[in-house]
Amino acid sequence: MEPTSQPMTAGASPALHPCYSEQAHRHFARLHLAVAPACNIQCHYCNRKYDCSNESRPGVVSELLTPEQAAHKALAVGAAIPHLAVVGVAGPGDPLANPERLFATFRELAEKAPDLTLCVSTNGLALPEQVEELVKYHIGHVTITINCIDPDIGARIYPWIFWNHRRIRGRKAAEMLIAQQQKGLEMLIERGVLVKVNSVLIPGINDEHLHEVHRVVKAKGAFLHNIMPLIARPEHGTYYGLAGQVEPTAEQVRALQDACASESGETGMMNHCQQCRADAVGMLGQDRGAEFTLEKVAAMQVDWRAALAKRAAVRATIERRLAMQTQFAKAKSPIPLPARRPAIIAPETLRMAVGSNDGQTIDAHFGHAREFLIFDVSPTGMRLVARRGIDSNYCSGPTTCGDTTTVLASAIEALRDCAVLLCARIGFEPWRPLEDAGIQPNSEHAMEPIVDALLAVYREWCDGGRLETEPALVRSSA
Amino acid sequence: MAFRIVANCTNCWACLPLCPHEAIRAATPHFEIDTARCTECAGDYADPQCASICPVEGAIVDSTGQALNPPGSLTGLSPEFLTLPSTP
Ligand code: SF4
Ligand code: SF4
Repeated sequence: MEPTSQPMTAGASPALHPCYSEQAHRHFARLHLAVAPACNIQCHYCNRKYDCSNESRPGVVSELLTPEQAAHKALAVGAAIPHLAVVGVAGPGDPLANPERLFATFRELAEKAPDLTLCVSTNGLALPEQVEELVKYHIGHVTITINCIDPDIGARIYPWIFWNHRRIRGRKAAEMLIAQQQKGLEMLIERGVLVKVNSVLIPGINDEHLHEVHRVVKAKGAFLHNIMPLIARPEHGTYYGLAGQVEPTAEQVRALQDACASESGETGMMNHCQQCRADAVGMLGQDRGAEFTLEKVAAMQVDWRAALAKRAAVRATIERRLAMQTQFAKAKSPIPLPARRPAIIAPETLRMAVGSNDGQTIDAHFGHAREFLIFDVSPTGMRLVARRGIDSNYCSGPTTCGDTTTVLASAIEALRDCAVLLCARIGFEPWRPLEDAGIQPNSEHAMEPIVDALLAVYREWCDGGRLETEPALVRSSA
Repeated sequence: MAFRIVANCTNCWACLPLCPHEAIRAATPHFEIDTARCTECAGDYADPQCASICPVEGAIVDSTGQALNPPGSLTGLSPEFLTLPSTP
């Protein structure tokens, strides 16, 4: 079967792509395949014992897949998780330094899962020579890591590149890499491919310079520019880690992101992006990789035609819902209330439930939490209003799992007046029922202090105008 | 005249497709060079291909056991950095 058209549209528009749209990322799942082992450059924040640091946290090692294993894994995940919309290749090395493996994987997927959007993340060195091949596969999205456009700065980030059968070092290496990245960026834009640019913020090396990078990549048409913090720990054995290079603070990253956004007058900075693991499965921030190990996937029988149809149905539902939400937000009209919705408490107050074992950080898994802390956050401050226990925790292992639906229902009942639920992890099963009950599950703040997370979410809601447009979600249990 | 891959190798695959004589094999615990096939790239390339892309210092050695990429040559880290006790 030739992938002549893309019958389903998730990802075709950035609004529906979980990596690009804050709204969509809560609904669609994406999968990264570790199919590309080799790399053609060295970054000072990377240790090649581990996965590429541009796409994963340093120190992570993915199970390397052959193209056959990778395609089978994507089809198996796509059958088990019908929310799957995006499949990316991002590591352990640079996908474009492994073109045979990359395209063998994509060929198989183009045939058996033409609805899935394919993505690639690259350092850009081999990009110009691969662009034509890439666009053949309906690759809607490419991420390029661009840390600089000045070779003198580049020489402090990249010790060498492999180019035209030689190892090139120093400023000349950086110059060639930068030229290739910029050329690749331009070629993709010309061909109508969405490009996201990632930059690693390296204090004292490219922090000031990233303003310039932002200006240039936006001017060339990059859809998003995302600034990621450098991670440099000695235990990862990277040059920066061992040489004592400082990491930026969260405030530095945010300040730079805000400054860039306001300079370019756009909101194209991806604040919700996390540095996800390169083999993550699930919603952004929710890693279900353990369910799909090489061994487990190999044993799965996949009916890819049935899976394709199921994904189409799920996607249609989600898209309808997203479209409706967008309409409501535009019309600034409140979402119609089911009759049992309790009354509104005070305006601008957001009630949130928190799963915490230590009472300080968001460290509880939704399925294991025995009680939830209920907070009201308003412009005047935050208040712990209740501690609510639930009968039995939702997931207490395989022996009691026959009962999960009723336990989940009672957990939802206990949290009915909350608009947001913050936990360290929330499984796939309860996600939808929670949302359907009007409780937004959120595991993006795992292990963060409760106070910081509450403020961040509250800020997000205020900025997004949701406190005005959705007063229905601010409600009391009374 | 042949090179060898030794224990430092992280099995990253970078060298394998580059060898003009298909002398490199994806073996475990680490990749291997078939010394009967390796020509050190003489006549094919100015630089030996495997040693030119290998990201790991000391992973490829010549017939006398000398590392093609000695410590510090790729990372810029001097050897004493690398013996620092790692923090947990
Ligand atoms: S030196 Fe050349 S011929 Fe020998 S293994 Fe390396 S790439 Fe192959
Ligand atoms: S490039 Fe070096 S580390 Fe990678 S497989 Fe070859 S010898 Fe091993």
